[in-house]
Amino acid sequence: MSVRTEIVSKRFAARGPAAVDNVTFEAKPGAITTLLGPSGSGKSTLLRLIAGLERPDGGKISIDGKDVTHVSPRERNVGFVFQSYALFRHMTVFENVAFGMRIRKLGKERIQERVLELLSRVQLAGYEGRYPSQLSGGQRQRIALARALATDPKVLLLDEPFGALDTKVRIELREWLLAFQESARVTTLLVTHDQDEALELSEHVVLLADGKVEQTGAPHELYDAPATSFVASFLGGGSLLKGTVRSGRAEVGSLAVQAPEGAEDGAEVRALVRPHDVRLEKAADGGEVAVARVERMRRIGPRIKLLLMLPTGDAVTVHMPKTEVDELGIESGDRVLVDLKDAKVFVEDYAI
Amino acid sequence: MSGVVGGLGRRPERGAAELETPLVRGLLIAAALAFLALFLVAPLFTVFSAAFSKGVDVYLTALAEPETLAAIELTLITAGIAVPMNTLFGIAAAWVLSKYDFRGKSALLTLIDLPFSVSPVISGLIFVLLFGAQGLFAAQVQEYDLKIVFAVPGIVLATTFVTFPLVAREVLAVMEAQGSDEEEAALTLGASLWQIFFKVTLPKIRWGLFYGVILCNARAMGEFGAVSVVSGHIRGETNTMPLQVEILYNEYNFVAAFAVASLLTLLALLTLGVKKTAELASSLREARRAREAESELTVTVIEPRGVTS
Repeated sequence: MSVRTEIVSKRFAARGPAAVDNVTFEAKPGAITTLLGPSGSGKSTLLRLIAGLERPDGGKISIDGKDVTHVSPRERNVGFVFQSYALFRHMTVFENVAFGMRIRKLGKERIQERVLELLSRVQLAGYEGRYPSQLSGGQRQRIALARALATDPKVLLLDEPFGALDTKVRIELREWLLAFQESARVTTLLVTHDQDEALELSEHVVLLADGKVEQTGAPHELYDAPATSFVASFLGGGSLLKGTVRSGRAEVGSLAVQAPEGAEDGAEVRALVRPHDVRLEKAADGGEVAVARVERMRRIGPRIKLLLMLPTGDAVTVHMPKTEVDELGIESGDRVLVDLKDAKVFVEDYAI
Repeated sequence: MSGVVGGLGRRPERGAAELETPLVRGLLIAAALAFLALFLVAPLFTVFSAAFSKGVDVYLTALAEPETLAAIELTLITAGIAVPMNTLFGIAAAWVLSKYDFRGKSALLTLIDLPFSVSPVISGLIFVLLFGAQGLFAAQVQEYDLKIVFAVPGIVLATTFVTFPLVAREVLAVMEAQGSDEEEAALTLGASLWQIFFKVTLPKIRWGLFYGVILCNARAMGEFGAVSVVSGHIRGETNTMPLQVEILYNEYNFVAAFAVASLLTLLALLTLGVKKTAELASSLREARRAREAESELTVTVIEPRGVTS
């Protein structure tokens, strides 16, 4: 069951900025598609439009090939999970999960059976008599998932489902969701601002910025071949350096890197340097060209985070395994040779 | 309101305790207690002591006067109409204001408070000016021979107007605090508007609604100013309890006046008592659930630790 939006737009104020601006994308059946973007990028609004909780100003939304743009949310048969869990606080866990089935007037035994099955599936069997206030955040969110799944929805819409949980629980739930998805194969749309979540969970990423689609594709495609400097800096991050194109090469300060194809001489470029993609070598004394100074070194577990200062005054952050740094014998204050061959270079016009 | 009541029993925070010397604190507490005694406890005591000054028999006889009974009846009828109407309108207004965005929303929000910001006498006068002999709708009133002003409908209208904000305000505050996520969840699960209201919203707001209704009832039964203007003071017909108190008092029938007043006072005390009990009950339930959840969590956390060590 696929989900498709075609040039969907939404403005909250008549003359205000568009929260969702002509968005077209497709979520493949049986896979997790992530709507990724910084806060204010319109990703939650897009999800609410698909659920029918907001009305679009224009465009078309279809679920499973059927146009649902003007269908009431109660008839779209989507499972929606909120960041705030939105469990019915006056109902027990059992009644929460049974809610959708009671609305559909399923038989008592059928409901009983299905609720218990779902509870064991979310590893909360035996909790049916509890109230939401008696559960931890992670447990509440799993109940919310069970409730959303109870009515066999065509699509599962998750709005920052792990956003309110602490890191440990979040990582556990991610694992759980992956395992669940492998067996259930429900078409899932996941809204998140967390790139790790998107890279780990999804088969398909829709990266949004300012209500527009910035790039779509498999997570590794977006990571390896970012279309814009925004995509590159949002997925993976790194240090942005300014430079210019000279005879087919992008000169960034004293360093030269591969320029994008078709870039004209003299064009302004930005190079995004990923912290993991920098090769360092200890410089021999003397005036080497591609030389930087190690300003600061911080150890983070097995890695070392180095802050390099280029002669141009630009700073570059580098992450390296501790063993590698030890091998090279780099110390704070050293001068090092820098290789930026994996830097992503973007001509200014295309960048945000 | 509940916050103030709950706050009295709490210890001052540490910073405050260091700032205040015991003497200052003692003086402040004494001043507050003296003020309470003078303005709340003394009048309360006076009402009952005056009512029972000539014994219980006289008290009961005074209440059994036909005119007094008629006043009690009218008061019950008025509250019986005004409170349900305001409950319905109050919920509707709160629902609209908390769930939807529309033009003129802030104007409506301000209008809801209007009955509170206008003097009750003016509130009564509004209905005289609308439906009275010289009023805006005087022609229609005469044509259909309607009795509104100086009759029961006028009293009900004035009371409804004056007590309107009580339910709406209380419910709106609860709805805004709780947000609409649960309603939206119910909607995506296929619930209709009615199902959402009765299965999700109503249970969520029930305590707020309950406070609103009992406060509204207390005010509806006790309203004097607005009712006084539209009533016409026809004995045994258009006198509510507060009006009856005034009439009896003006006739130097102190025991009877205070006997009726004691009923209204009892109502007030009962209202506060019910409110407090409901608050206590819901906070106790919350505390119990939290305690259960906590003990549950401790168990699950400790177990794995015991295994690894």
